[in-house]
Amino acid sequence: MNLNNVIRQVESVILGKPQQIRFALTCLLARGHLLIEDLPGVGKTTLAQVLARTLGLQFSRIQFTSDLLPADILGVSVYERAKTDTTTGQFIFHAGPIFAQMLLADEVNRATPKAQSALLEAMEEHQVTIEGTTRQLPSPFFVIATQNPSCQIGTFPLPESQLDRFLMRIQMGYPDSEAERGLLSGVDRREIIAKLTPQMDDAELRSLQQRTRQVFVSAALLDYVQAILRYTRESSRYTHGLSPRAGLTLLSAARGWAMLDGRDAVLPEDVQMILPGVVSHRLQSDYAKSDSAARELIEAIPIP
Amino acid sequence: MNKQLIYGLLLSVVMVIAPHVIHLPLWVSALSACLLAWPAYLAARGEPLPSHWLLIAISIAATGGILIEYHSLFGREAGVTLLIVLSTLKLMELKTKRDAMALIYLCCFIIITNFLYSQSLVTGLYMLACLLIISQVWVQLHMYPGPFKTRLKIACTLLLQAIPLTVILFVLFPRLPGPLWGLPQDAFSRSGLDDMMSPGSLGRLALSDAVAFRVAYPGPPPRRDQMYWRGPVLWNFDGRTWTQGKSVQIFSAQLSDTTQPISYNVTLEADNKIWLFALDMPDSLSIPYRRMNDAQLLNPEPVTTRLRYQARSYLSYHANLLESAAQLQRALQLPAGFNPKSRRLAANWRANGSDSRIISSALGFFNRQNFHYTLDAPPLGLNGIDDFLFTTRAGFCEHYASGFVFLMRAAGIPARVVTGYQGGEYNAFGNYYIVRQSDAHAWAEVWLQDRGWLRIDPTAAIAPERVEQNLSAALPDNTVLPFMARNPPQWLRELSLNWDAISYQWNSFVIGYDNERQFAFMNRLGLASVRWQALSMMTGIALIIGLFALYMLRHLISLKQDKTQAAWLKFCRKLARSGLPRLPYEGPQAYAIRVCIARPDLAVSIKTIANRYIALRYGIPQPENTQRDFLQLVAQFRPSAN
Repeated sequence: MNLNNVIRQVESVILGKPQQIRFALTCLLARGHLLIEDLPGVGKTTLAQVLARTLGLQFSRIQFTSDLLPADILGVSVYERAKTDTTTGQFIFHAGPIFAQMLLADEVNRATPKAQSALLEAMEEHQVTIEGTTRQLPSPFFVIATQNPSCQIGTFPLPESQLDRFLMRIQMGYPDSEAERGLLSGVDRREIIAKLTPQMDDAELRSLQQRTRQVFVSAALLDYVQAILRYTRESSRYTHGLSPRAGLTLLSAARGWAMLDGRDAVLPEDVQMILPGVVSHRLQSDYAKSDSAARELIEAIPIP
Repeated sequence: MNKQLIYGLLLSVVMVIAPHVIHLPLWVSALSACLLAWPAYLAARGEPLPSHWLLIAISIAATGGILIEYHSLFGREAGVTLLIVLSTLKLMELKTKRDAMALIYLCCFIIITNFLYSQSLVTGLYMLACLLIISQVWVQLHMYPGPFKTRLKIACTLLLQAIPLTVILFVLFPRLPGPLWGLPQDAFSRSGLDDMMSPGSLGRLALSDAVAFRVAYPGPPPRRDQMYWRGPVLWNFDGRTWTQGKSVQIFSAQLSDTTQPISYNVTLEADNKIWLFALDMPDSLSIPYRRMNDAQLLNPEPVTTRLRYQARSYLSYHANLLESAAQLQRALQLPAGFNPKSRRLAANWRANGSDSRIISSALGFFNRQNFHYTLDAPPLGLNGIDDFLFTTRAGFCEHYASGFVFLMRAAGIPARVVTGYQGGEYNAFGNYYIVRQSDAHAWAEVWLQDRGWLRIDPTAAIAPERVEQNLSAALPDNTVLPFMARNPPQWLRELSLNWDAISYQWNSFVIGYDNERQFAFMNRLGLASVRWQALSMMTGIALIIGLFALYMLRHLISLKQDKTQAAWLKFCRKLARSGLPRLPYEGPQAYAIRVCIARPDLAVSIKTIANRYIALRYGIPQPENTQRDFLQLVAQFRPSAN
């Protein structure tokens, strides 16, 4: 199956991070976006590039800086003078980097909220409106945003409402020693990426996305999801519980994971798998930020 | 606080204090009515509640008023009044949920206070209705703002669920030996036989429907003309009124040649008098009593609560064959100088006959001389007996008993008047007899040398129907009688008897379940000591709560569990027994993988079962035989311990 080839190929480049690769693909299948929060240099950009390459997606990248303007992301209309005397000059739209199938928004928290919101709105709507004209973004459209831990100097942390636009938030983490050894001893990653061949085309990816939405969810599983939602709302550990939209997100991510696993129905294990990535940026409490919090949340809720 | 809730609370308060109105001072009733109308008006208009200071002022004023009225704030009357006024004031303080809760509990407490005044079945049923309404408001306050009917249903369910606990507490909760705070007023009946009899006194009693006592015969009942219930015995006559006089207690009562013993249970209504009624001639009672020389049975103190006793009597007897001369002397005394005609008549009889001839002459005199049995006897003059025997010739049983005893004494035969009850109404629904005040009767006893005291009922000579049937049969049709002494329509009679049967059961088994009966019951159960009683009460309560919790738990589980899930849990339990319990949050796949690693020998069957389960529970709906196969697999699964 093609998905397995995709996974295998990505794993051959990104060493020792099978889970993160699967999360990224889950987001892609569930038509969500991914936020990677980690220190520079752990392979965030490489992951995005490899994914784009392997899936045969148009790739573009925006490096977010504090002086980045929305136009730098969305694009701008530029007046072009007439080339001959018979024609008049006109505004020509120069599409910004957002018009890509896979967008890497690097260090998204370095930009001002204004620039951030330009990106995030596009992510939600899958379209941008510039100077009165609505333009559809390419499909599939997948954003991987990276974020430095907000404790670093010169960052604008994304507000909760913006964080909600990302299906999952994951950490890359350091590679283990074996993977690191392979990385250090191996060929330059960029060379490998250049040699990669796409394992899938747009149409195939779109049909996979379509099939992901049809992954079966039984009443028993809904009971479980509801139990999770109820628990976060009733527990005193969290300032606010999960919203209904978070519940929907949880389901679609679980569907993506089940799809990735080659199943046509969601299991409680799928929900447990994607739960940390889906809820950690949605649950507001100091407690929820800790690493073991998601594990404890899972262990607190018996499967009905 | 929404309007509906305020009206609900208002209704609860009105319902629980309504029965108190009859004994509240008028000003308290008026004040309470105003205090109830006020919040209703405010709620209807949506206006804010009055200020705290006003409420405090009203409560201080009301408390002062109660203090003046009762000279105390404690005790039954003052306490209940205070509680009522404060509960109505609380209605104007309904700001938070807590206020409403306080008011609901207050209403429940006022329910209890109602039982200090009346413990009848009607009161009980009414208070149950109050409790239902209060629970309904409580349900509304806590969770359910829906339609009244649904709330009432929930409240009903709650009360029904409380029944087992109530029964346990009722049976086992330690009783106080006496009433807590005085006595309910309905413990006293309004009238009863007294220690004196004058013309018209029994006639007045005949106008009362009130129950004097109820009798149940375990065996066959005696004949109707043997149902003479012995009460006060009257010796002294002042020309108009018969009184007990001073007994000369030389010999105790003696009974000889006794035959026809009969045992029966009497439930005596509280009448605040001392007589314990028993059939002529009483032998013994099951409770402590004092027996007089003339076979009156006396309670040590006035009867202020319903009293139950077993009694034993002899229907055939010789009483006091050896009567003391002083007593016989007492039984011959007459006031000098009155009633010359009667004395002459008696002297006439004496002159030509024996004692028995005299008695039959006297009875014959009543029988032949056109006497009338009537409730409205004409007034009698100074020579009352003469007037009755020779002029008016109309009277009730006391006239005949009085006249007969007078004639006997005048003729030299010792005689006395015995009052009590005669007959009774059979209640087929409860298999017992109701003896009412209207069954009050007076008859005579004469002492004969070889017979002792012999009962002679002159009324039977004039109106045998009185003794053989009942009062209404003996009296003319136009007599004004109490309802139950007349012959009401059959259905009404049945209804009334039914009701009386229910009340009788209520009184004997619910109200009458006092510390003594509890003790007797506990003894029979083998729980004689208080410790056992408390222990069994606790166990009973724990058992009921536990069973109920278990039932609810099952209910909850069965709501969510289908067969597949139940089988899966069974499978997990089987594995748990072999040391591999599933963690509650562990999904079927994760569990199967973990178990397969631990038990490679079972891997195949575990995987099959887990996959079937996953398909059935989380997968696209499967054909029915999949579930059957799965259930079978689980049933066959046997993890033998390592």
